[in-house]
Amino acid sequence: MNRRVLRRGISNLMVGLMVGAVIVALLPLFFILFNLVVKGAGSLSWAFFTKTPAPAGEVGGGVVHAIVGTLLIVGVACVIGLPIGIAAGIYCAEYPGSRLTWLTRFVADVLNGTPSIVVGVFAWAWIVATQKHFSALAGSAALALLMVPMVLRTTEEMIKLVPNSLREAALALGYPRWRTSLSIVVRTTLPGIVTGSLLAVARVAGETAPLLFTALGSQYLSFNLNQPMAALPLTVFTYATGPYEEWHQNAWAAALVLILVVLILSVGARLAIRRRFELNG
Amino acid sequence: MATATLPDSPTRDAAAPPSLERSSYGDRIFKLILTLGAISVPVLLAFLVYQLWSGARLAIGKFGFSFVTSSIWDPVQEQFGAFPLIFGTLVSSLIALAIAVPLSLGVAIYLTEFAPKAIRQPVAFLISLLAAIPSVVYGLWGIFVLIPILRKSVFPLLRSGLGFLPLFQGPIYGPSMLAAGIILAIMVMPYVMSVSREVLMAVPNTQREASLALGATRWEAVITTVVPYARSGILGAIILGLGRALGETMAVTMLIGNRHEIAASLFAPGYTMASVIANEFTEAVGDMHLSALAYVAFLLFVVTVIVNAGARLLIWRVARGSGIGSKAL
Repeated sequence: MNRRVLRRGISNLMVGLMVGAVIVALLPLFFILFNLVVKGAGSLSWAFFTKTPAPAGEVGGGVVHAIVGTLLIVGVACVIGLPIGIAAGIYCAEYPGSRLTWLTRFVADVLNGTPSIVVGVFAWAWIVATQKHFSALAGSAALALLMVPMVLRTTEEMIKLVPNSLREAALALGYPRWRTSLSIVVRTTLPGIVTGSLLAVARVAGETAPLLFTALGSQYLSFNLNQPMAALPLTVFTYATGPYEEWHQNAWAAALVLILVVLILSVGARLAIRRRFELNG
Repeated sequence: MATATLPDSPTRDAAAPPSLERSSYGDRIFKLILTLGAISVPVLLAFLVYQLWSGARLAIGKFGFSFVTSSIWDPVQEQFGAFPLIFGTLVSSLIALAIAVPLSLGVAIYLTEFAPKAIRQPVAFLISLLAAIPSVVYGLWGIFVLIPILRKSVFPLLRSGLGFLPLFQGPIYGPSMLAAGIILAIMVMPYVMSVSREVLMAVPNTQREASLALGATRWEAVITTVVPYARSGILGAIILGLGRALGETMAVTMLIGNRHEIAASLFAPGYTMASVIANEFTEAVGDMHLSALAYVAFLLFVVTVIVNAGARLLIWRVARGSGIGSKAL
């Protein structure tokens, strides 16, 4: 009798500890978001979004150069990375038995686990070292390489959800394979592929390490992809580790902007993907 | 059929069945485009390995394997050794796992076995949001919020409580191995949690039912039946977390103090492989310095590939082919 009470007690104790773990695990999220809003929101102003930085140590100025830089660098990364990732993803889903599929999937897993700083060194050795100057393009190349495995995986998973009967119906109606793939299979999964791509964009938009020695960062508004360019994560890094109080405030504000963009993209994409999964069973 | 409804297509060959002809042609082009996309992925990886290796060639030729064991890092004399970096990478990652693993396993087990249905998804979703926060934001928060808290209350408490251990002795700076380990723990937690949750969910319900039918309490059912069944998958999740921690750059660079030293105390600053690359790459002038940094990147790449491959193997053993853990979080 006593033993049973003890066993039930232990069970309850462990459940209690696990509830504690949930609370501790959730604390950092709320703490980080709370601090970002409290410390960052005050510096958000019209000037913050429209002006380039003030000289060091002076109040005012903005981060328009970094916002434009991030848009350009990530945009070019999408142009390079999305077609490769989506094409490879369709290949893996449409030709599941082929040896190339196995190899591509395996390599995508390897790339997915590769630290982003290593990809940065790669882009540096490939583009910056041969051109002998830093460039936004090298940063885009690094981000594109980070996007490929993520886009590939989500594209493949999404296409696998398409029931085979749809494919068979199209083929039975006399559609050639490529039209079946494009206008039936890819067409039905298009929303899934788009959200997968958004998820990848959200991930690379916050990347700093691969940009450190490729895009390098700058204090000026620039549209030239062949030159160093600012980016929001780089700006957060420079301002946070810099000596001035005004810089620290701008770092919080820039981080708030960055996290808003990243969270809106990734939460939106996740909710959309979840709804798709539910629709398909 | 198409020729009959579309009179304005005179180029079509009347003898051969037109749709068949066109389809095989289109199919070939379609497959060619997809194959190009698929092939470019392994080609890019091979190119990456080649570039890293050729960047590191100079240092590999000069230092060889002694690079891993030497502790000298002197850009002026062009003498480089990565031992303190490897040490710092391992220690900070192990601290992270020591904190993150019990927490994430607790959360994962609670969410799959005990939690009310209504809160399972939302809690898992919130914790997975931690993985979406950019590394540099963790760094910022670490510098201005976490480190002041640690320096004022947590570190002195640890020193007075556990000061008999060499790990918790010596002066308190703030930026330190322990601070980096704690921020890494927060960053790694969502990965370990979500993969081990998926592994636990893959355990067949009959296992639980059998155990409960034999009179086990719910906790006993979990610890004697469910967890052993998922053991290798959970180990895989932990190693996957290790892989993340080893390569994490920005937050660690901002919190670890960046000093080429090996100290017994966790309150002392250190350095990791990733953060030395982040800090010194743009400032390196000598070719040998650059090459040594590329060598570090090459080593880091090799280590993370091995760690990740091991993790995936373990996860596959529990949930064969279900794609757990390979999804981009």
